[in-house]
Amino acid sequence: MSGLWILFRRELGQTWGRGGGPVLALTFFACVATLLPLAVGASPARLGSVAPGAAWLALALASLLSLERLFERDFEDGTLDLLALGPAPLEAVALAKGLAQWLANGAPLALLAPVVAVALGAGLSLVPMIFISALIGGLGLSFTGGIGAALSLGSRRGGVLIAVIVLPLFAPPVIFGAGVIDAYASGLDWRPALGFLSAYSLAALALGPLAMAAACRNALS
Amino acid sequence: MFQALANPQRFMAFSRWAAPLLAVIAAGLLSWGLWLSFSAPEDYQQGATVRLMFIHVPAAYMAMFCYACLGAASLMGLVFRHVLADAAARACAPLGAGFTALALITGMLWGRPMWGTWWVWDARVTSVLVLFLFYIGYMALQAAIDDETRATRASGILALVGLINLPIVKFSVDWWNTLHQPASVFRKGGPSLPPEFLWPLGVMALAYMALFGALWLVRIRAEVWRKRAQSLALQAAG
Repeated sequence: MSGLWILFRRELGQTWGRGGGPVLALTFFACVATLLPLAVGASPARLGSVAPGAAWLALALASLLSLERLFERDFEDGTLDLLALGPAPLEAVALAKGLAQWLANGAPLALLAPVVAVALGAGLSLVPMIFISALIGGLGLSFTGGIGAALSLGSRRGGVLIAVIVLPLFAPPVIFGAGVIDAYASGLDWRPALGFLSAYSLAALALGPLAMAAACRNALS
Repeated sequence: MFQALANPQRFMAFSRWAAPLLAVIAAGLLSWGLWLSFSAPEDYQQGATVRLMFIHVPAAYMAMFCYACLGAASLMGLVFRHVLADAAARACAPLGAGFTALALITGMLWGRPMWGTWWVWDARVTSVLVLFLFYIGYMALQAAIDDETRATRASGILALVGLINLPIVKFSVDWWNTLHQPASVFRKGGPSLPPEFLWPLGVMALAYMALFGALWLVRIRAEVWRKRAQSLALQAAG
């Protein structure tokens, strides 16, 4: 257990510290949000109607960014071999990596998501709901994305490949995440959407590490 | 090693006559089904365009059936490490993508006269599009890893992840659709088909199924031959 804790701390440190950490993903998020008014026009009515959805879309894209390094770095320098030989099962290693990814990348993105949505014209009353949905959804995005990252180990053109594999899998969290905000904004019952979003994230948390570990074993074999 | 080789040999002996037989059955059913489709009466609302249904609906059905086959073959390949299951999974994906593309394209052709637009972000259309993207992702992953066995294992895991995800996608898209856009184009749970439409549809569905079976067997055979040619080339190289 203490070994896993050290691993978790190491992952957190690496994701947070090296190469700009979450700053890069946050900047990307802000860039996509900046391009949106340029693309669809600056009229507040139009922007406001798409703001929560656009924030969620940009969130899904931004959470792809750091996935490439999630397993690749350890795979290249042989750390993953050592982790596979170690006492902790690879599933637990994948769980630690996914949680670190969520805390170091998903949580900062969830903090920025309400800012982006409000800047695009979403109402201030939506702020807590956007933050909560982005935080819960980020867990699902991290673990679903981690599957793509582990599967593309040892392949040519990792980054684009991860996006192609993972983005179709992001359909349910994007639907439920934007659905929470949509329902809340229009005064409907938002709890079903939040429930479905949490269910998706928890399912990804439970099943994702199994797929990630299988993919790592396959890449190491 | 011999065990693994023995089974492909038995398979090759079986598929040698099964593939042409299925192809003949597919051709027969296809011509019967097409004849039935064109002799079916025109729909009182849709006119002659209703005949597109006999091409479109079986393709959509096969799109899902192929994914189930892909998932089953991947599971067998991952669990039993069977060469033939790996070959079957590899051979299945392009066929499934083809049927899905056929379903999407004929759907667009049908949508133009019926709904007045090529494309609608309807729940069913969207989930079939996501299914198509799953096939593309599977094939992209397969193509991106050089070691063939490893590529098949990796994409097999992806196929299983997709198998779990497809019902979730289907459910979430249905949910999204009812949230954003109350049923306007599709009459959900519409009237069941009269027998003069049900017959051509059933025959065409069977024809597609036989066609898929024949093509799948031929593609698996090609995979086995390719493997053999590869190992012969390796042997010759010493």
